[in-house]
Amino acid sequence: MKVGVIVFPGSNCDHDAYHVLKSVVQQEVVFLWHQDRDLQDVEAIIVPGGFSYGDYLRCGAIAKFSPIMDSLRAHAAAGGPVLGICNGFQILQEAGLLPGALLRNANLKFLCQDVYLRVEQTNTPFTLDLNKNKILRIPIAHNDGNFFLPEKQLENLEENGQVIFRYVDSNGGDSVTGNPNGSVNSIAGIVNSQRNVIGMMPHPERASEGILGSNDGLSIIQSMIRSLDRVKN
Amino acid sequence: MMEVQIVVKLKEGVLDPQGQAIQRSMSRIGHDEVLSVRQGRYFELQIREDDVEAVRQLSQEIAAQILSNPLIEDFEIREIS
Repeated sequence: MKVGVIVFPGSNCDHDAYHVLKSVVQQEVVFLWHQDRDLQDVEAIIVPGGFSYGDYLRCGAIAKFSPIMDSLRAHAAAGGPVLGICNGFQILQEAGLLPGALLRNANLKFLCQDVYLRVEQTNTPFTLDLNKNKILRIPIAHNDGNFFLPEKQLENLEENGQVIFRYVDSNGGDSVTGNPNGSVNSIAGIVNSQRNVIGMMPHPERASEGILGSNDGLSIIQSMIRSLDRVKN
Repeated sequence: MMEVQIVVKLKEGVLDPQGQAIQRSMSRIGHDEVLSVRQGRYFELQIREDDVEAVRQLSQEIAAQILSNPLIEDFEIREIS
């Protein structure tokens, strides 16, 4: 399987994602420069974390106009899987591929810490190897991760089962203390209505090897690979 | 050429923790008469165009497409000169 990792000026988790794909799960992986339009026949795309364009204007607001985003849109419209991590999530929202916005963290702090996530949905290419209600420990590192959606749209998102990860406390329970950034309904990750584009604030690529303290993120990457194998067979 | 001023601010009802922190700091230095602060962004654009209506329309378009996120922000075209 061939995966593409988009690189914007200011991306800084691109090499982490590349490393996990190449060395941990041993797949073919290429960097896709944001000024290019050629997706090099990749079957899945990762929009990595970082500070594209220095977060100028709003996080992701300038990256959404990069030429590669037109190609990504076409890939997504054709059902191809897309995973946006952290700044990648912000970019996908700004580009209109995912609903909502990510506001400044409610406590105004840059948060760099492990969080606990509960898997809410398994019928997506990135969660099919996970069990519903499984608790994952994965780090976050962001200033603007406070998920917001107006009430009516939020209800629709919940009803359609588009919330895939929710911040919880270490026991897997809903609590204010488990929600680090003030996100509505403790939302940490969502999927589009077509269920092939996912955005999440936590970094699965930083939790994919035991030596890093957790490999809870690996099953998200492995799910993506298996979903594509399944399409092929 | 004309100059236009555009202000972008968070919609009413969208939490503004930065504004709240600024308000608290005002209160700390004695300005407790300040009840609330909302923070926004301000832009000055110089536009190669001489027709006021055209500039207005262009500014609306640019403010909606780039300068603001319509889900969480409103914008105002303040002045064209």
